[in-house]
Amino acid sequence: MSTKYAETEQATAGPKYVGRAVDRLDGRAKTTGEARFAAEHPYPDLAHAALVHATIPRGRITAIDTAEARAVPGVIDVLTHENAPAMKPAPKVSFLDLSTLVSGTSVNYLATDEVHWNGQPVAVVVAETPETARYAASLVRPAYQELPAAVDFAAEEPNAVPQKGSLIAETKADKGDAPAALAAAPYAVDLTFTTPPHSHNAIEPHATTAVWDGDKLTLHEGTQNIPWLRKHLAQRFGVPEKAIRVLSPYVGGGFGGKGSVWAGTLLAVLAARATGRPVRLALTRASVYHTVGGRTPSTQRVALGADADGRLTALIHTSVSRTGRTGGMGEQITAVSRHLYAAPNIHLRQSTVPLDLLANTFMRAPGESIGTFALESAVDELAWELGADPVELRMRNEPERDPVGGQRFAQRMLREAYALGAERFGWRERDPRPGAMRDGRWLVGMGVATAYHPSIRMTASVTLRMAADGTVVVRCGLHEIGVGAATVQAQIAADELGVPLDSVRVEHGDSDLPPGPQAGGSMQTASAAAGVLAACAKLKRTLLGLARRAPDSPLRGRRLEEPEARDGGLYLGGRGQTYAEILAAAGRTHVEAAVKSNTLRFLTRTLRERRKWVKAATGAQFCEVRVDPDTMEVRVSRWLGVFDVGRVINAKTAASQLRGGIVMGIGMALSEQTLIDHRDGRIVNPSLSEYHVPVHADIPRIDVRYLDEPDPTMPLGLIGVGEVGITGAAAAVANAVRHATGKRVLDLPITLDKLL
Amino acid sequence: MRPFAYVKPTDVEAAVRAAATEPGAKYLGGGTNLVDLMREGIERPDTVVDVTGLPLDTVEELPGGGLRIGALVRNSVLAADGRVRARYPVLSQALLAGASAQLRNMATVGGNLLQRTRCPYFYDGASACNKREPGSGCDAIDGFNRGHAILGVSESCIATHPSDMAVALAALDAVVEVRGVNGPRRIPLTDFHRLPGHTPEIETELGPGDLVTAVELPPLTAASRYRKVRDRASYAFALVSVAAALRVQDGTVAEVRLALGGVATKPWRAREAERILLGGPADEAAFRHAAEVELAAASVRPGNAFKAGLAVATITATLRELTSTGGTAR
Repeated sequence: MSTKYAETEQATAGPKYVGRAVDRLDGRAKTTGEARFAAEHPYPDLAHAALVHATIPRGRITAIDTAEARAVPGVIDVLTHENAPAMKPAPKVSFLDLSTLVSGTSVNYLATDEVHWNGQPVAVVVAETPETARYAASLVRPAYQELPAAVDFAAEEPNAVPQKGSLIAETKADKGDAPAALAAAPYAVDLTFTTPPHSHNAIEPHATTAVWDGDKLTLHEGTQNIPWLRKHLAQRFGVPEKAIRVLSPYVGGGFGGKGSVWAGTLLAVLAARATGRPVRLALTRASVYHTVGGRTPSTQRVALGADADGRLTALIHTSVSRTGRTGGMGEQITAVSRHLYAAPNIHLRQSTVPLDLLANTFMRAPGESIGTFALESAVDELAWELGADPVELRMRNEPERDPVGGQRFAQRMLREAYALGAERFGWRERDPRPGAMRDGRWLVGMGVATAYHPSIRMTASVTLRMAADGTVVVRCGLHEIGVGAATVQAQIAADELGVPLDSVRVEHGDSDLPPGPQAGGSMQTASAAAGVLAACAKLKRTLLGLARRAPDSPLRGRRLEEPEARDGGLYLGGRGQTYAEILAAAGRTHVEAAVKSNTLRFLTRTLRERRKWVKAATGAQFCEVRVDPDTMEVRVSRWLGVFDVGRVINAKTAASQLRGGIVMGIGMALSEQTLIDHRDGRIVNPSLSEYHVPVHADIPRIDVRYLDEPDPTMPLGLIGVGEVGITGAAAAVANAVRHATGKRVLDLPITLDKLL
Repeated sequence: MRPFAYVKPTDVEAAVRAAATEPGAKYLGGGTNLVDLMREGIERPDTVVDVTGLPLDTVEELPGGGLRIGALVRNSVLAADGRVRARYPVLSQALLAGASAQLRNMATVGGNLLQRTRCPYFYDGASACNKREPGSGCDAIDGFNRGHAILGVSESCIATHPSDMAVALAALDAVVEVRGVNGPRRIPLTDFHRLPGHTPEIETELGPGDLVTAVELPPLTAASRYRKVRDRASYAFALVSVAAALRVQDGTVAEVRLALGGVATKPWRAREAERILLGGPADEAAFRHAAEVELAAASVRPGNAFKAGLAVATITATLRELTSTGGTAR
């Protein structure tokens, strides 16, 4: 498209695999059932565990009657705070040791009589079958002394306190005098939005199979972070990290819900230790709701002032979210407002209120997903106020540099994204008057919103091994959470080494492998790619070293930079050697290259870089809805997302990620909410029947486009695509509904009762 | 799951005998609701009498153009039956609006009639629920009740009857055939389910051992239609549903049947609205007025107050659609 980054482009012919729509390498294993997930590993003497959940929000267990449960044939043990072996307490959260962030909550399960939320596990039943364990769990009878509890977010919100910032997340910003500018603005909107809590609903409910052999632990677990999980378990169970092997080759969806260590994992390991049996704890869907954190609810104020030309003069965005009293963190809800619009006066604040509820946790674009709903809804409302086109209003306020920090953008092609999107979506056909567009009786509405998610990366250790026949094994403990993580690294290695894709095998999901990056923050692909690129360069250097020393090699004496890796070997012009020939001539069975990550050095560099660049994935979301004028049912009828996500490595899996984010955004917009009873903090809808994720019939064909311009500051120019798709999506729906009906819904989800 | 005895009789008499003599016996049809409830410990039968081996799985013609539907006919089979689709589109549409394809393949007609409410407090053993545990109270009345009933409610219970199929059957004047220890009997569908009153745990007119064997449909000459309003396009219970049949002659309502789902504690035949409509003009104002009169009896909570207006709008729209798509013909 542009020649902006021409100098960074490789002068070689286009890559063979990178950028192509390559089928995921694990597709066959998954569709045939050959791929085993955490709850699918058989052991001959495997026992099964089930959780008993507290039914009060806060208090103490005064007695716990397990007699009836123990009497059920097939019950092996019932573990409670009265008899369970003690775990060590969770480590205190410290930014000096990032692995401490992995505690879902600070509760020392079964080592305390305290109840901190309605649903906290208070006992574990271990039995010969899962059915027996679940039945016996229903017979455990705890008695409680209840204590007063604060569980109602709306009621407790006035008690919120300012959210603390950290090295990696700023929680406030001030530029100019936004309140004064707002007061003076000829055009203004000042809106308060609310978003509800959301629960994790990965297709694979959390599951653990724990096997102790003396003081050695083997753990089959679906996790997004093997190294931190292992370190956490070593701390909790008082064994060296090396004594623990975590196996997580396939994870049935993560979305952030498998990024932390939750009760089920700890209690499976504890139960296995207590009973001396391998133990599987496959959580029921309801147990996932009760023990795995979800997305915080929020209340947000967005106030915008503009002059008559539609130039923003003031941007105020404040948020209140909640944490659990025993865990969870504030989210970067207003962070997007730092970066999107060139307002001279900006005021951003975030606060949190701790409640007697399960800790909140990461969920796909924590902060940005709900923050963009509020900001982008308000911008749309300002467009109505001004009588301006919402796309034009955004373009009029597109900044040249970061509006708060003043840094340059590493990559920012929102103008191009909107231009392409408007063209493809037929934005010009939009009659701007509310309710003016119809399809039969249906009211038709079109809305847009900007997507934004910061681009970050961490480091990865990678080992490459090339055998005498030229086949390659990439070893990196990365996490295959269903996104094609291993496939894209195989594509990269195949291109870098010039070998066929099917000669590359990626070993992943095992703590015995060199530690990979976490699968979170949209950072895994870029982080692992940097390691793979470095390891490939190192391997080629080694191979060239071998060739240069070989007396008959056409590569004798050549520098590494010169030869081209292609056709299974190294070549210069028409001359060169295959890897097999190089290895044979050198008398080697294989060569290896290892790259080890240095997190501290990397973090220092990253923080320095942040002063120079603001890095992000961005996009333009276009949504069309149809609204039934009698019942006000909203159905999404068309969708287009145009994304600026750097260079795309796999056209198929990247599009799936972006599409999946949009689907989750449509759910957020129209139907998803965790209902928490204001009287006792109980989750009322802990099931897929009553917690409404979108079904197929709710989702139209989603057209996903990307600009495919490499980000010069990222490995191969790629930007992570895991989260940006959900951002802006709910606002695009809300804005389309506004267009169709004339009604601005400020409170998610947009259920029909809010439109009647 | 709590241990239980399992028997699978091969004829109706044996099934009735087994269920009547074993205390705490339950019939098992498709199992799409009973098994869930047993897993949750809400249903706790000592004996499960599996009736899926009984010869009750056919749809037969009745003299005069009606149909007799065996109690074990699967929901998906009934929805696809050519006679049902041609003569009772409202029933086919209602069936297809329910649950998911997988559940419809399992669920039976008899089981569908007997499915229990999806009130979340009924499902959660930690909550107070008069239906699950008589006398324990009702957490829904002051809790989340957006999905709850506004018609036929009591101080004890506001749980919604969840069936779509039964709403269509209520509109169609269906009759339920029951076999009990004292032989067969027939119960009009509209009398089959009970209002909660002070005994929300008693949901139907069935006694111990009573087995639903079939549902009879009288002939229908009016055009019919089922409209379900819900929070997502599929696999969600109705906020409001309307089963309607309408025949218009010279601009006047010659025949009308109207039943409501999602808003009542049982499949709700809207007799008051029908009475007002019959013989009157077949226009939007009349439809709306009749709907408003029917819903005047609504008893709402803050969470479900929207349902009254939504029901009026949905009734009006459904009748309007029936007039515009051939309310005079079948």
